[in-house]
Amino acid sequence: MRPETEAELAGMIRAARGPLSVIGGGTRLLPGEGQGTRLSTAALTGITLYEPAALTVVARAGTPLAEIEALLASERQRLAFEPPPAEGSTIGGVIAANASGPRRVKDGAARDSLLGVRFVDGSGEIVSNGGRVMKNVTGYDLVKLMAGSRGTLGALTEVSLKTQPIPPESLTLALPDLDAASAVPALTAALTGPWDVTGAAWLPGHGALIRIEGLEGSVRLRADTLSTRLSAFGPVQPREDDPWLLLRENIPGWHTPGKQFGGLFSASQGQSLSGAAPRSGGAIWRITCRPSQAATILTMNPDASPIALDWGASLILLSLPANTRPSLPAGTRALCLQGTHRGPLPPPDPVTRRLEEGLRERFDPRGIFAAPELTVA
Amino acid sequence: MLMPVPDAGVIARRELIVARLRAVIGAGTVIDDPVEARAYECDALSAYRCPPLAVALPTTTEEVAAILRVCHEERVPVVPRGAGTSLAGGSMPTADAVVLGLARMNAVLEVDYGDRLIRVQAGRTNLSVSTFVDEAGFFYAPDPSSQLACAIGGNIGMNSGGAHCLKYGVTTNNLLGVTMVLMDGSIVELGGPMGEGAGLDLLGVVCGAEGQLGVVTEAALRILPKPAGARPVLIGFDASETAGACVAAIIRAGVLPVAIEFMDRPCIVATENFARPGYPDCEALLIIEVEGTPPEIDEQIALIRAIAEEFSPVEFRESKSEDESRRIWLGRKSAFGAMGQMGDYMCLDGTIPVSALPKVLRGIAEMSETAGLPVANVFHAGDGNMHPLIIFDANRPGDLERVEALGADILRLCVEVGGCLTGEHGVGVEKRDLMTAQFTDADMEAQMRVKDVFDPHWLLNAAKVFPLHVSEPRREARRNAA
Ligand SMILES: Cc1cc2nc3c(=O)[nH]c(=O)nc-3n(C[C@H](O)[C@H](O)[C@H](O)COP(=O)(O)OP(=O)(O)OC[C@H]3O[C@@H](n4cnc5c(N)ncnc54)[C@H](O)[C@@H]3O)c2cc1C
Repeated sequence: MRPETEAELAGMIRAARGPLSVIGGGTRLLPGEGQGTRLSTAALTGITLYEPAALTVVARAGTPLAEIEALLASERQRLAFEPPPAEGSTIGGVIAANASGPRRVKDGAARDSLLGVRFVDGSGEIVSNGGRVMKNVTGYDLVKLMAGSRGTLGALTEVSLKTQPIPPESLTLALPDLDAASAVPALTAALTGPWDVTGAAWLPGHGALIRIEGLEGSVRLRADTLSTRLSAFGPVQPREDDPWLLLRENIPGWHTPGKQFGGLFSASQGQSLSGAAPRSGGAIWRITCRPSQAATILTMNPDASPIALDWGASLILLSLPANTRPSLPAGTRALCLQGTHRGPLPPPDPVTRRLEEGLRERFDPRGIFAAPELTVA
Repeated sequence: MLMPVPDAGVIARRELIVARLRAVIGAGTVIDDPVEARAYECDALSAYRCPPLAVALPTTTEEVAAILRVCHEERVPVVPRGAGTSLAGGSMPTADAVVLGLARMNAVLEVDYGDRLIRVQAGRTNLSVSTFVDEAGFFYAPDPSSQLACAIGGNIGMNSGGAHCLKYGVTTNNLLGVTMVLMDGSIVELGGPMGEGAGLDLLGVVCGAEGQLGVVTEAALRILPKPAGARPVLIGFDASETAGACVAAIIRAGVLPVAIEFMDRPCIVATENFARPGYPDCEALLIIEVEGTPPEIDEQIALIRAIAEEFSPVEFRESKSEDESRRIWLGRKSAFGAMGQMGDYMCLDGTIPVSALPKVLRGIAEMSETAGLPVANVFHAGDGNMHPLIIFDANRPGDLERVEALGADILRLCVEVGGCLTGEHGVGVEKRDLMTAQFTDADMEAQMRVKDVFDPHWLLNAAKVFPLHVSEPRREARRNAA
């Protein structure tokens, strides 16, 4: 099903009898998602408002991410949360997945740039929440609730987003000699000083990567003092190219399994990533943790190889043998991006589960929106 | 302010309820002396007051849970309270409600500078979080003007902002997790590393829910390394609209100051008389603060100067010393106090797209003229969060009603240009009945469903946020079931 208007979409949901999977570009599905009849929002397109001076853009959910980014770029603006691009990705899908790239470490996730939503709930009712202004505490923040809700509470039809001016200068420092574990203290040092770091990651074969952005003079000054600070951890070099694109295109978001890691490990990149490529048929896990837990997680999982660290080592992408789960210290969370496991680890506690199920029942009383079966722990 | 008729059954059982609360509160205190309970009859919106049934001041999450279990069983309404500085009546009680005050829960539970986080009990004041990490070179970014008094739990309740949120975001953008007790006494932890839970963003919807979903007892907050330095500039203009247009131009140019504050003539005059900051004689002024090392600050100020010149400012004053910085901020920081000297005032909090500033400032001036009530403007211009202050005399019969009517008109204008009723103070009881200007029935129904899940009997702070007639059927269902 591919409605062209919000009203048509609402009608389809009202008329639906069996499970529906709300799909944007279908580029960020997790294992087990996309069951039942697919309800595509890809034909709900169009940027309905763009006010560069107010830093706001409003677009229908099916608008291609690429189209929005191109329009913003023409005014030297961008989405601060740096959504991982994927061919065919829609803005509704980006928001439903809360897909956020490296700059999340400084400017927050997709949900933090999201100002307002319109959606159709499971009863076919059209709901709007938030708006298009920077500060808004009028009523409950369903905007946050919808971001990352992955089509389980409603079908997004329109989103409004905060934009960000692109600063004149951007510079990346690399510490190529560092392995994943030894990159963590370097990333932490960069993030705990006055450098306004906008990216702090690690990639196999590239080492630790640290980005600063801003006015020209300021970037130059900060690069100097930051290099000095980082030299305690290993040789520091400025990068001429843009390694963040590599990271964004391949790593931290939610991409279709099989597709997402292709670029990074294909020979065409010309990068040597020996020993780090995911085993064929292996599992890929996304782990969020405190940076101080990252090294522990790596030691606790000797069979795993890290594919990337991002957000200052708050995000770890691990490649594991098929059908294995990562061992996790308390307070961390994991999700299987590729493999057989369904649902988060650890599974939600009974109170959280009750609240989540309660919300699903209220927003979708007939249980129309498909949810993947969870792996029983 | 109309509030629901208090539950007579609850009031009749007051002694029993207080005894049950005393039996479970452990190290905490239950106040039932009417004179002492008076201290909790209102918040900073002091025009509306009502002494509560009783006040409970717990000291641990377990005590909070025990109190809520008793109130849940007895079907007693509960009003969570931090420091009671809400400007919207958010922590104002009803006669049948127990105020659950978090003020005694103010400990720091953990600080980790490498992980850039601090965990505190929710009664801890906002400023004392920053003070705690200051020596290590860190700060907690959201800084409401009330930060000396207001509590983290109240900040989470209202999703509060501050002067620096233009660069650093508001509470929700700096909140990593909470421990919260639901009305039935169950304890839940929301959020996680990066503020992310395992599934739905429950933390996101709890923040800003005005104490209607649960009582937050602990919070994990993002702390940030302090910038090398900060310096303000003051720019004077001969018209408010020009100042508004200059704000839009600065935002657009990609300089990202930490704060852009706006004051118009009535406000400049009042603060000049009150605190003598030595402001220029002009129609409107902007205070813009930038951060960094001295050369970085110079670079940003040069850019701001170049943009401002295009708007023919009557003055461009660049701070050259700590003392000059202090004087530039002095007037802004004493603005509310200064307005208080002039008489009573009502502070609005609508937010508009920055591009609509000139139009809305003009509209407010016209409405003020027509209503015959002076309006002064002092606000966070960078993110369009306006604070028109309507000046009046509370002792003159009819004035309060006229002020409320003008306030409602101004807020409707904010909504009309694409904005909202409240940018940081919350709806509370104050703007409850204006919600229909911004939301359809279906929009409000969707929000109320969330409360149905967290608090099925509508016991937590239940007569707030939604227009009374809209939420009434839900409260009535509880009374009928009792
Ligand atoms: C002079 C002055 C200046 C101000 N400046 C600003 C400003 O710059 N920016 C801004 O955003 N606000 C400002 N405010 C408004 C107010 O200070 C904020 O709303 C503040 O966050 C309230 O905190 P509090 O601890 O006083 O909360 P309270 O007034 O006690 O409560 C506020 C709301 O939160 C709920 N709540 C309180 N504690 C909890 C808890 N533990 N769990 C769940 N819910 C809870 C209450 O039920 C209520 O709905 C100002 C107020 C004053 C008086």
